Amino acid sequence: MADRGTRFVNPVDERTGTKIVLTSIGGLYLAFFLFLPLVAVFIEAFRKGAASYWEALVEPDAAAAIRLTLLVAAIAVPLNLVFGVAAAWAIAKFEFKGKAFLITLIDLPFSISPVISGLVYVLLFGSHSVLGPILKSYGIEILFAVPGIVLATVFVTFPFVARELIPLMQDQGSGDEEAALSLGASGWQTFWYVTLPNIKWGLLYGVLLCNARAMGEFGAVSVVSGHIRGLTNTMPLHVEILYNEYNMAAAFAVASLLAALALVTLALKTLLEIRFGAGNAGGRH
Amino acid sequence: MTSTTASTRWRLKEPSIIPGFGLTLGFSLAYLGLIILIPLAGLIFRASSLSASEFLSILTDERTLAALKISFGTALIAALINVVFGVLICWVLVRYDFPGRRLIDAMVDLPFALPTAVAGIALSALYAPKGWIGAWFTPFDIRIAYTPIGITIALIFIGLPFVVRTVQPVMEEIDREVEEAAATLGANRFQTVFKVLLPSLLPAIMTGFALAFARGVGEYGSVVFIAGNIPYVSEIAPLLIVIRLEEFNYAGATAIATIMLVISFAMLLIINLIQSWSRGRYGHG
Repeated sequence: MADRGTRFVNPVDERTGTKIVLTSIGGLYLAFFLFLPLVAVFIEAFRKGAASYWEALVEPDAAAAIRLTLLVAAIAVPLNLVFGVAAAWAIAKFEFKGKAFLITLIDLPFSISPVISGLVYVLLFGSHSVLGPILKSYGIEILFAVPGIVLATVFVTFPFVARELIPLMQDQGSGDEEAALSLGASGWQTFWYVTLPNIKWGLLYGVLLCNARAMGEFGAVSVVSGHIRGLTNTMPLHVEILYNEYNMAAAFAVASLLAALALVTLALKTLLEIRFGAGNAGGRH
Repeated sequence: MTSTTASTRWRLKEPSIIPGFGLTLGFSLAYLGLIILIPLAGLIFRASSLSASEFLSILTDERTLAALKISFGTALIAALINVVFGVLICWVLVRYDFPGRRLIDAMVDLPFALPTAVAGIALSALYAPKGWIGAWFTPFDIRIAYTPIGITIALIFIGLPFVVRTVQPVMEEIDREVEEAAATLGANRFQTVFKVLLPSLLPAIMTGFALAFARGVGEYGSVVFIAGNIPYVSEIAPLLIVIRLEEFNYAGATAIATIMLVISFAMLLIINLIQSWSRGRYGHG
């Protein structure tokens, strides 16, 4: 502590005044750009009261959108989960040629505009493409139908689980698995009883982020969905339609569900980080 | 790669007793190919079937050029603003202790978790001429929504966590002795921070900038609501792709998508180069 008269200034720290100013600037920036939009969603959602809020969520088109969003996430997330575990196993447990390139390819969807992620499927399955008419003659519709929405969602959420597991499993090495195998465990036993318990929190973390993105994806899904009300509208697309119809209260009511999902995701994610040190942050997503 | 084995025979994979290499790598490659590579190849194939003059005439079309300029310009400005405030927020989060620090730290990830369409309608509710914040500016004849300023605000929202989450872990690992040495040698705090600390953070800052910029260029959901989408004024490139698709102008959509893909791959390459360069120089990414 400082003596009276001579003020001690820690040479490797800032003055208290500077700290307060910097903290305030940072806090204001976050309040303005992050916190305010979040608050706006909930206030706008309840602007017309709880009754009309509830009505906006249970009307048939909204209910259909909620069901479709849950369905799409229920298909896309497990697919990317299986892929993530397989890819992380191959990459973390073995040394092989072209590994770095494979990791780059897995990250690819993060650097592609969501609109382009949708566009590639339109080009592949559209009515003017090679595949589209063939599939259609067998009665299979991909574009402007649920399969297209699932594909586009799988594309944009592709890297989440793999991205989380690869560094985690690389850090853990293969010692535990080698011990289990040398004691006579089979490959599957080793995976279920040794590897899985080691990676479960990282896996949950990846699934959480993957799910949040899967339920909230807008750009890619918007391109492939065809916006058929009650049929191919996910929740974010339903929000867009209501908003463009100037039905603000209803748009924000549905949006508030998605915002609540984001808050739950953030809370669980923070909990996982505090409890288990899952997720080694580093500009991803 | 270990080359301790006597035989220098080329092999795909180093020997290992762990099973499942063929299964996991095979599945990963097949899934990667089906979901990501084949659809992307379809886009490239479609683009290559355009003649060079066709391609050029689409790209030099004034509306395309304007959209690309708006996308890249607003993404650049937003990323620069986020670099300044993102590094400041990192500093506050890493160095200072204050009530609610953990909460604010978690809040930074909100743009990762909040669906882009929700962010989009919330931001336009705030910044529209009659919105919460927009209304303050209307008397001064300043419009935020439906102009590039509005787009920039949306991209600031989207890009902030990329900068913070890339710089934060590197900042946490700064050795305090470096600062002490600088202070002992007579540097004041300002000099220590700007001449000693920030240069060592530069690779991380550049990576965060590149990630935020790349995401901003491709961003769709959070921008389309606040942008107003006026051609030549506030129409972004991803939206122009969607418009071309709705006009069934697949050649136009493909050409714009291809140029955006090429630029984002170049960005990805630059990020990787920065990271491998900084690993060599500073021992961290």
